[in-house]
Amino acid sequence: MTAEPSLHPLGSGLELVPTSHEPQSGKDYTSDQEVRWCPGCGDYAVLKAVQSFLPDLGLRRENIVFVSGIGCSSRFPYYLDTFGMHSIHGRAPAIATGIAVSRPDLSVWVVTGDGDALSIGGNHLIHALRRNVNLTILLFNNRIYGLTKGQYSPTSEAGKVTKSTPVGSIDHPFNPVSLALGAEATFVARTIDSDRRHLTSVLAAAAAHRGAALVEIYQNCPIFNDGAFDDLRGPASDDRILRLEPGLDVTVGDRTWRHDPTAVDPSDQFALSRLEDPVPVGIFRQVERATYDDEAREQVASAVAASTATREERLAGLLNAGDTWTVV
Amino acid sequence: MPRQVTRLDRVVIRFAGDSGDGMQLTGTRFTQESAIFGNDLMTLPNFPAEIRAPQGTIPGVSSFQIHFADHDILTAGDAPDVLVAMNPAALRANLADLPKGATIIVDTHDFTGRNLAKAGYDADPLESGELDAYQLHRVDLTGMTVEAVKEFGLSRKDAARAKNMFALGLLCWLYGRPTESTIGFLERQFARAPEIRDANILAFTTGWNFGETTETFAVRYEIAPAAQAPGTYRNITGNLALAHGLVAAAVRSGLPLFLGSYPITPASDILHELSRQKVFGVTTFQAEDEIAGIGAALGAAYAGSLGVTTTSGPGVSLKSEAIGLAVALELPLLVVNVQRGGPSTGLPTKTEQADLLQAMYGRNGEAPIPIVAPSTPSDCFAAALEAARIAITWRTPVMLLSDGYLANGSEPWRIPDLDDLPAIDPGFATTPNHTSKASSNGADEFWPYQRDPETLARPWAVPGTAGLEHRIGGLEKGDGHGNISYDPANHDLMVHTRAAKVARIADTLPPLTVDDPSAARGDGGARVLVVGWGSTYGPIAAGVRLVRGAGHDVAQVHLRHLNPLPRDLGEILKRYDRVLVPEMNLGQLSLLLRARYLVDAVGLNVVRGLPLTSGEIADAIEELL
Repeated sequence: MTAEPSLHPLGSGLELVPTSHEPQSGKDYTSDQEVRWCPGCGDYAVLKAVQSFLPDLGLRRENIVFVSGIGCSSRFPYYLDTFGMHSIHGRAPAIATGIAVSRPDLSVWVVTGDGDALSIGGNHLIHALRRNVNLTILLFNNRIYGLTKGQYSPTSEAGKVTKSTPVGSIDHPFNPVSLALGAEATFVARTIDSDRRHLTSVLAAAAAHRGAALVEIYQNCPIFNDGAFDDLRGPASDDRILRLEPGLDVTVGDRTWRHDPTAVDPSDQFALSRLEDPVPVGIFRQVERATYDDEAREQVASAVAASTATREERLAGLLNAGDTWTVV
Repeated sequence: MPRQVTRLDRVVIRFAGDSGDGMQLTGTRFTQESAIFGNDLMTLPNFPAEIRAPQGTIPGVSSFQIHFADHDILTAGDAPDVLVAMNPAALRANLADLPKGATIIVDTHDFTGRNLAKAGYDADPLESGELDAYQLHRVDLTGMTVEAVKEFGLSRKDAARAKNMFALGLLCWLYGRPTESTIGFLERQFARAPEIRDANILAFTTGWNFGETTETFAVRYEIAPAAQAPGTYRNITGNLALAHGLVAAAVRSGLPLFLGSYPITPASDILHELSRQKVFGVTTFQAEDEIAGIGAALGAAYAGSLGVTTTSGPGVSLKSEAIGLAVALELPLLVVNVQRGGPSTGLPTKTEQADLLQAMYGRNGEAPIPIVAPSTPSDCFAAALEAARIAITWRTPVMLLSDGYLANGSEPWRIPDLDDLPAIDPGFATTPNHTSKASSNGADEFWPYQRDPETLARPWAVPGTAGLEHRIGGLEKGDGHGNISYDPANHDLMVHTRAAKVARIADTLPPLTVDDPSAARGDGGARVLVVGWGSTYGPIAAGVRLVRGAGHDVAQVHLRHLNPLPRDLGEILKRYDRVLVPEMNLGQLSLLLRARYLVDAVGLNVVRGLPLTSGEIADAIEELL
């Protein structure tokens, strides 16, 4: 790899993050911790893809932060040799918001699951998305609670028989892509753990996006929900999957239109997200909107720039403001 | 006209009216005038949680009490000497607090059949004789205000709204207050509405002239300025002082300040104030909920900011899990709890100090955190700085326990010299701190839980620091290297180490100041020690003065640090036969002292949503003498 320009070539999402002049490989991003997911877990494939893909970003490794909540997928940060925080259930988007707002020079990632992001953390997810905080959110959706050993999740299909629903779940499931579009996320995509090339291309676009990017990753849990996405894997899946590309003619019901992820009005993208057969994967939405963190920093920066005094002088002014009197 | 002038050493005035009558503004202006005049003072605003309860009803009454004096005072006063009642409900709601002989000034305009009925009066108390024991002044405040400002052509409703300024003008005349700052304030406040501005100023001066030219009031009062230490002063509320203290902590530590907060009474004013201080590099994030508020603050702390979250008790309940995470992560974080009446929603606008045990123990697992409590409104400034010093030095969440009385109450504050403020060194980690077996020339690894041998604090290594990449989280950490560890002996070590780290903070605390004149005399006369914490400082000190004034010896010590407790506290407790602990809770500090020191502490536990009175504290002390 040759010396990089100071601005990242991939896109504006990373433009304030310093780049590395050193060649990097996947090994540089592999921590010394033993990976402890179950054999056959889809998380391995995503981890491998991320470790292989991060060197392509050419960022300084110390300027990358992965934040997770609780759940199987949330162990992810331990296995990457970047800065990382394994936090508490559902709160990763809130914690990541504090990191992203206070540090424009960091590439901030959230790793979460269907229970973490959509059940206990649903509130933080929708607010991070509507604020458009510059985060890349990887939502591993295996439609089951794995770490707590097999209860239904907010994305489990109605009627699902699990340990906590012996006669079938009566919960109506969330569609994460529809939810994100409803929250007016500026980048929404779906991919699948077993399709390394597609996964990597979607991750690259998500990382390049300035603003909140939500990537739903269909991920197999071989222990508690094995085969949930089997019909979307392999060559036989071609007629079950709709690979979205800009300009692709798409048909939902009796209406056909040309897919445009950059359309500001999300109505068509939402209609597409409701499609279940075939299942659309790829980028549903990719629009530009001012990010919360950029605007928050701009407000602070312009206030600071408007003052020529030192911080100490300003503090003296603050403390002595208002009606004062002097006793000699 | 020559007027009799009576000199007083102290006065307590309570302004009371409907929530929409502007009583808080009236009281605040009177306070500013008194502060500039040079009196010592303390204030106690008291208002309903409802923004506008039904007009004219008892639940809608809002009041503002000010105690001002020619000497140093410690409380907002047990009982008012003067009540200004803008309507029948205000009279009825406050009358029980007035001692016989107190002065009552009523706006007669509102004492009509309908308003009397709304306040629950069958007969007009101004006529029924039930106020015979008081000095009653009937003044048609509203009528005279409307008459005075009619030249501006305001609607009757708008004109009548200036009646609080008429009342303020009258009281300013009665107590010889300067008027310039209120006129200046009205000019600024209503600069964009000239008619409203002029009407308010005219109402204010007309009220003053009414006192001067009529003979309604035979006596004027004079309260001389109090002797104050040299310096520049301002009047300040606890919330404002706390916000200034946070800014000062950011400046003195060189850190950007990040506040993650969700609006909640009575803490929101800190969010409001900090959102105006962007010039200091302050970022305020109004989160989607209490949990996101602390989550974002913790994230910012991880990334190298002074992370702060502000809330009240119900918010702390929601933040508990994240505070536990901060304990495990060992990152600096300030959690400000402006306590209010509980449980649950409780009394949002009233004061209480019943969250001490929540601060101590309100988390799963052994999760000790330092606790700092300011004692007066202006002390919130120094307490915030102290909390920040502890958080940053020991890499720990710190609970700062203010309360509604401190938050909204005010007093004169001697503005500190910047050079006298503590410098706080964030001491970020910049280099590897551990030598691996493979290393041939010194430290080559970063161990996030390798501790400072003195403080037991771990390094604070922020993202962006090359070579210090590491992972932290809520799972138990292995000692030193910080990797996940399920080892039983390691867990035992880490639990003890986290506790020891907090305990070691006590090594840096100054000795307690025991206020015991009898000890100075050398005869060891005092047998009773009164121990307090937080906003009970003023009432306790005033109660102690009453007891000493009656010729008895009593000692007082007040705690700023509730965890860890100061090293010398145990020895101090042993010096006295009896220990009294007055608290606005059911005995939370008592419980801690009893458990820690095996002392037979006696509680005075009153939980009315109002500050304790010096009188009830004096009574409790005298029972133990």
